[in-house]
Amino acid sequence: MPVTDVETDIDNRTLTITAEFAAPPERIWQVYADPRQLEQVWGPPTHPATFVDHDLRPGGRAHYYMTSPEGEKYYGWWAIVSVDEPKGFTFEDGFAADDSFEAAPGMPVSHNDYAFEPTGAGTRAVFTSTFDSAEGLQQVLEMGVVEGATTAINQIDALVAS
Amino acid sequence: MTGADEDDDRADALFHALADRTRRDIMRRVLVGEHSVSALAANYDMSFAAVQKHVAVLERAGLLTKRRNGREQLAHGEVDAVRSVASMLADLEDVWRGRIARIDELIGKDPNPEQE
Repeated sequence: MPVTDVETDIDNRTLTITAEFAAPPERIWQVYADPRQLEQVWGPPTHPATFVDHDLRPGGRAHYYMTSPEGEKYYGWWAIVSVDEPKGFTFEDGFAADDSFEAAPGMPVSHNDYAFEPTGAGTRAVFTSTFDSAEGLQQVLEMGVVEGATTAINQIDALVAS
Repeated sequence: MTGADEDDDRADALFHALADRTRRDIMRRVLVGEHSVSALAANYDMSFAAVQKHVAVLERAGLLTKRRNGREQLAHGEVDAVRSVASMLADLEDVWRGRIARIDELIGKDPNPEQE
């Protein structure tokens, strides 16, 4: 299993996930630097992501939408804060009401820190997401971006079978 | 819609209630057994009224229930409500596990960085 550690901190509304990948940090970096690769991993199979803008530089933005099985679109944006290729980057991640990709008022924004560190076998990646409020964390879960446990298990099955 | 709104309100109350160290400590105590509010208050360096307020927040969130026994109010924890908070955090963890599995699959197809 690539995921080696999961820490949830209710006090600070932070989720930290550590994963080990069998490829160097440069390869993991590519997944985030190339929007065509990023959209293969960002949204769950039920809600695939399409990145329409992608500028992975400090001050840059990425705009994407996810499409539900019913064809409904959920718009989201990233605001890139800092970039240290290939060691990682920090960004804010939020929702937009429409394809203007402007931050939707009252919708939660998460602060994210992705760090990729070389190991003998590949990369240790530490993904940290912090929400300003517990309500924000809950809203994200309610937004239809959540994959249920069933979906995740199906994906792991598909992965093992392939 | 009403049902979904009620779920949202309940989730907000749950997270708010547990986003406090003292309230989580109270929960740890009342999950293992019934405690009177005054016995709980003796554990903390704060007024009885302050502890009573914390208990009220937990009660509104459905995390604990109180019953009256003579002059005492006895509180006990609701195990199912605590489980529902854990399951919400587990949902977020699932989002991440899904993404990480997909990254793993993607780099498995092409593990070496292209030098272009």
